[in-house]
Amino acid sequence: MSHTKPLVEDFATDFDHADPQWVSNPYPIWEDLRTRCPVAHTDRYGGAWFPATHELVSRVAKDTENFTSRSVVMSNLRPTDEDLPAPIGIAPPITSDPPFHAIARRLVLPAFSPGVVNALEPQIRALCNSLLDDMGDAAVVNGGTQFAQYIPVGVIQQMLGFPLEDIEMFLQIVIDVLDSIDSTAEDRQATADKNRAYFEKQIQDHVDNPRDDFTSYLLNAEIAGGKLELDHVIGTMVLTLVAGIDTTWSAISSSLWHLAQNPDDLARLVNEPELMDVAVEEFLRFYAPVTMARLVAKDHDFNGCPMKKDDWVLLGFPAANRDPEVFEDADKFIIDRRENRHVAFGLGIHRCAGSNLARLELKVAIQEFIKRYPTFTLENPSEVTFSPGQVRGARNLPILVK
Amino acid sequence: MKVVINADACTGQGRCFGIAPELFDFDDLGNGVVKGDGNVTPELAEKARLAEANCPEHAISIEE
Repeated sequence: MSHTKPLVEDFATDFDHADPQWVSNPYPIWEDLRTRCPVAHTDRYGGAWFPATHELVSRVAKDTENFTSRSVVMSNLRPTDEDLPAPIGIAPPITSDPPFHAIARRLVLPAFSPGVVNALEPQIRALCNSLLDDMGDAAVVNGGTQFAQYIPVGVIQQMLGFPLEDIEMFLQIVIDVLDSIDSTAEDRQATADKNRAYFEKQIQDHVDNPRDDFTSYLLNAEIAGGKLELDHVIGTMVLTLVAGIDTTWSAISSSLWHLAQNPDDLARLVNEPELMDVAVEEFLRFYAPVTMARLVAKDHDFNGCPMKKDDWVLLGFPAANRDPEVFEDADKFIIDRRENRHVAFGLGIHRCAGSNLARLELKVAIQEFIKRYPTFTLENPSEVTFSPGQVRGARNLPILVK
Repeated sequence: MKVVINADACTGQGRCFGIAPELFDFDDLGNGVVKGDGNVTPELAEKARLAEANCPEHAISIEE
């Protein structure tokens, strides 16, 4: 990714989540902000704030009066009231505010409840094993581009009932939306139009041939006795794709990155499989991939900061997860951390609707990877790259497996 | 000893029924619900404490 913007010198007054320093290792930056600020500001992106403590992140997440979710991905294109159709928003329910939010969320939650999600375990395990089989007996495999990224994309493709051969295209949609912080309005619109045409085609196919999947579920769903508007259906599909893929992919790849560098943790997981549930929560705390965004809904003072309507707020759940006020030895990865009130899936009414699925995918992916490769290391640590923007995870991850 | 969920605070984070399925279940929306009357036998006391200590929303309390 090319950087034409000036590098950040002081993250307290000029932070940028796309700055190379933040992308490669944000944790010391957040620690510094917690002690110095704790709310950072930047004039970039048209003006944005970044609360770095658990307490303040929590306060923003739970305050739907002063902060709106109508746009949750911070970019240079700050949307106006007209751009974002209230109350639906462009990707309900994540971009919806109360009271519509509760209606849109109630609609999708049953499809992601633990009962429904747990039934997917065998197919997730089969998917992981077919990816591992595809790697053959290579000495170096790519934990990111050959394994982690294809797990959520395969699960979501099956869930939406879209053609298997479109998998590479789904990945591109996700990358277009999330890794294009600095792209132009024209590029964004062209991409959005192309994606919309694709979704309309898949919807038509489901109208003609209804089946037991999430797309047909949305087409049959009703609000107040009427079917959903087409924009609502497409918005929720886009959300499923964007929120369900590179998030989980990032959690899986970062966890593998950790295990490749920490042989003691790897050995414990291999030898004590009963540790897995607790370990998964620590992976989620320590490598929480997702930072959300809000827009300030009205001028107000927040912890001494004069927030103006339409300022961005970057909602750093990963930073909250490293706050020593809440977590003992917050900067230490403790694989058997029994008390772990992490907020990787957010807090409040927008808690990640897919959290049960994400957790299951992460657990099964690690289980199957370490079963296949009980010892592994990084082939070359300096080759590992991390994604820029609001979803952080290892992307290029060459792993030496023998 | 008894576990209680504050339904207004619960957002379905899923930690309680993950840690202590003997004490907690989930509803159709994935929100946590207490099983039965919520009474905790001594052998489940530690699991109840962990469920409380892991809820990100602070939605669980233990009544002695």
